[in-house]
Formats: sequence, structure tokens, C-alpha cells
Amino acid sequence: MHINELLFWFLTALALFSAMMVVFSKNPVHSVLWLIVVFMAITGHYIIMNAQFLAIVNMIVYAGAIMVLFLFVIMFMNLNAESEPQKSKWMKFAAVLSGGSLMLILIAALKDNGGFISSMRGEGSIGLIKNLGKVLFTDYVVPFEISSILFLSAMVGAVVLGKKDSSTIVS
Amino acid sequence: MITMDLLAINFSLGLEKLLLIGAIITFSLIVAMYTTYAERKVAAWMQDRRGPNRAGPFGLLQPAADGLKLFFKEEIIPLTSNKTLFVLGPALAMITAMLTSAVIPWGSSIELFGRNISLQIADVNIGILYVFGVVSMGVYGIMIGGWSSNNKFSLIAAVRGASQIISYELAMGLSLIALLMMTGSLSLKTIVQQQMEGGWNIIYQPLGFLIFLICVFAECNRTPFDLPEAENELNFGYHQEYSSMKLGLYLFAEYVNMFISSAVVATLFFGGYDIPFVDETALSLSLGANTVALLGFAALFAKILFFLFLFIWVRWTIPRFRYDQLMDLGWKKLIPLALANMLITAVVILWLNK
Repeated sequence: MHINELLFWFLTALALFSAMMVVFSKNPVHSVLWLIVVFMAITGHYIIMNAQFLAIVNMIVYAGAIMVLFLFVIMFMNLNAESEPQKSKWMKFAAVLSGGSLMLILIAALKDNGGFISSMRGEGSIGLIKNLGKVLFTDYVVPFEISSILFLSAMVGAVVLGKKDSSTIVS
Repeated sequence: MITMDLLAINFSLGLEKLLLIGAIITFSLIVAMYTTYAERKVAAWMQDRRGPNRAGPFGLLQPAADGLKLFFKEEIIPLTSNKTLFVLGPALAMITAMLTSAVIPWGSSIELFGRNISLQIADVNIGILYVFGVVSMGVYGIMIGGWSSNNKFSLIAAVRGASQIISYELAMGLSLIALLMMTGSLSLKTIVQQQMEGGWNIIYQPLGFLIFLICVFAECNRTPFDLPEAENELNFGYHQEYSSMKLGLYLFAEYVNMFISSAVVATLFFGGYDIPFVDETALSLSLGANTVALLGFAALFAKILFFLFLFIWVRWTIPRFRYDQLMDLGWKKLIPLALANMLITAVVILWLNK
């Protein structure tokens, strides 16, 4: 076995195990921490695929920023088994069903797409920052800029929602 | 065949890297140890006192005595705490403090036993982003420690610390973008080599350096940004419930962080292992490459020592910010400044290239 293959199987097992633990953990803070482990494992996968930039951005944005915000909220809500209202059985059943069908669709979509196995070996170079930047700012410049405007509008929206309306306080 | 492929790993390279990692970790621990000593001596000097002077000559054994004291203290894990996470917190803080040292070029390469050994653990082409990735992981050491203590003060301190680190990370990143537009590379080694030829980056990016330095202070939780451990508001901050060496690891991680971030600042803005006013290639002809590499490392270390002194100097000079002032400075002053710096740099680069 090549060392990359060995790493691949290790990271895959780690990702799957921690993904399971995200679902099975009783404590929501533990779930978030396991989710961070999932993201780290996926970062490892990106590195194996020689996509260093994607790997590090995945780590900074997802494992770093977004998960910290998750932790923030969950730590302050002080959730535990006693205070949390139990969901009804039908709700749980529906959640399992919808989640399972999403997985089925994803597996079906990926199964026919044979291309992703060959990029496992660290041969591709699209994930390097130079190539990715070139592609983003030449071929995909319009969608790239549009998505940045989308982010900006989301940010403005968040500020507007978060700001206290002074007129309602007076009245 | 299976074993053949596994053996294809270059074992001598692996050994060389392992030794280098061991050396750098030992070195950072020793420097961090003596930074605690320096902190107390400099504080004493500024306040017209003597400082530690009982353990060994000039009190030089004081850090060792402190370490022993921490190791021999009783280790208390609160009953209501989350035990796994309680132990994980300080470990994470220490590990993330150490990880950054992997991409810093500690010197050019030396020749030993016919091998050309680079004094950098990994020259990845995304060096700076790696630093940011590790810094963003550093938040978890504080957050997990604060939350798992199951103590309101610890939790508030942890959330303060985390929000502070996230806020200042933004300004830090923006101030570096201007620098990266000039260098055109994310690899720290390339950045150092460019500075050896074209002058240090501090000349071209004084504002960027200032913003970066302020953010580094905030990221290290040093005064004036030491709100997470504000002892008069939050008792002792996120490590209130910790005792013995677990507390020691938290306190020690701060000093390791200081050392590593001084190294990052020196590398990015002050030429790294570049010896000022000296042409290294000419010097290596007369002195030999190994001597010049060691001299370069000494130059880097001198720069690091200066920044460590700056950290201590500021700590004993400037009082702590209030929380709203901290957020105000980060979001409303540093980020717009960094954006303006970025724009100006971009315009100047385009104008010069025209």
C-alpha cells in the first residue's frame, strides 16, 4: 500500500467515525467538537489530493470560524438532557427518513461519477492557490463577484436585524 | 510489494525532520521558560525593584523552580467539570502554540555529513495561511477549557477570549493581504529571500506592520488585550479551575505563543534570518555556508528577543482596554485602516507596473 492510500483509509475511517459521533453524542457541545474532527479529516483528504489551498481554507473557515460560532451559541444555551424538550417520535422518524434519502441521492450521484478516484493520488494541481486563483478570476469571475455581493448583502442584513430600532423603544 | 512501497519513504529525511522538530520544540520551550524570567526581571526593573534573585546566580534557576512547584502541586479536577474536555483544553492550547513553528524558516540550510539540511521543517507554499489555520484552532484551547470548568467566570472569560481572537484575526488577515500583494507568494521562505534582496518589508508596509503587531498582541492575549484573564473582573479568567501543571500549560502556552509570533513578525516584516547590511552570499565564501547559516539564525533570534522585550515592555506600561473599547478598536479602527492600506498598496503596485 502506498503511504497516501494508508492515510486515505485512516482519514476516511476517522471522518466516518466522528460523523457518527456527531449524531450519537448526547451533549451538543460534544457534537460540535466531533464535527470539528470531521472537518479536520476532510482537510487531510484535501491535502492528499494536493489541494493545499482548499485544505487550509476549509480549516480556517469551517473548522475555525464557523464552528467557533456554533460553540458560542451552544455553550450559552446551556443545553442538557434535563432541560431540553424531547421531540416526538414522528419527528425523529421523519428526520431519519429525510436524512437517509439525501444520503441515497448523494451516493447515487457519486457512484456513476468515476472521476473522483483518480484525483486521490496527489496528482491534480487545481487546488493549489495559483491555479485556483487563475481559474476563479478568469473563467468564473462573474459568479465569483456575484457570490461576494451575496455575502455582502447577507452581512448588511445581519447588521440591520441585529441593530435595535430606536423608534420602537421610544413608542 | 507492499513493504517495498512503504520503504519508499525517505527514512533519512524523516529522521532529519524529526530531529529538527525535536530541536525546535526544545528550543521554544527553553526560550518560553526564560521569557517568564525575563518578564519578572523587566517588570522589576521598570518598577525599580530587584526581581527574582534567590534561586541560582541572578535568580537564573527561578523558571526551573516555578516549573517544579507546578509539577508538585495537587492536581484538582472539579467534580462537576467535563473531565475529558477539562484535560483536552490545556493540551490543545499547548499543541496549537507549538504547531506554528513548523513553517517558520529558522535559517538557511546547513551542510552536515554530506547532506544539505534546510532549517525549516516544512516549506509549504501556503505558509502564512497555515499560520492562520493554526491560530484559528488556538481558540478551542481557551473555549474548551473555559466551558468544561463549569464555572460562570471561566465561561465568560472563554467567550471573551474567543470573540477577541476572531475579531482581531480579520484585521490581521487584511493587513497581511497588502504584504502578500507585494511579495506574490505565501511561502515564508520565499518572503525572506525576497527581503534579503530587496530590503525589509517594514520599509514598504509600515502601516501594515503596525496593524499586524497590534493584532498579534490581541491574539496572544497580552496586555492591553488580556481581557480573558482580567483578574479583577473575572477572578482568574478561563483557567480559574485549573491547578498544577494543567494551569502551567495554559500559562506556558502564552509564552510559547509570544515566542512564535515574534518569530512570525520578524520573518514577515524584518527579514527573518537576514543579517542586516551584510551580503550573505559574499560572506559565505569567506566564512563557509554553515557559519553564515548559524549567524543568520542568531540574527533572527536577536530580532525575536527584541519583540519579546516589546511584549513585556507594553505589558508593564499600558493598562487594559475595556471590552467595548477592544471591540471598537478591532472592528471600527483596525479593519478600515487595513482595508485602506490594502487599497493604497494595490493602487501603488498597479501604478508602478504601468
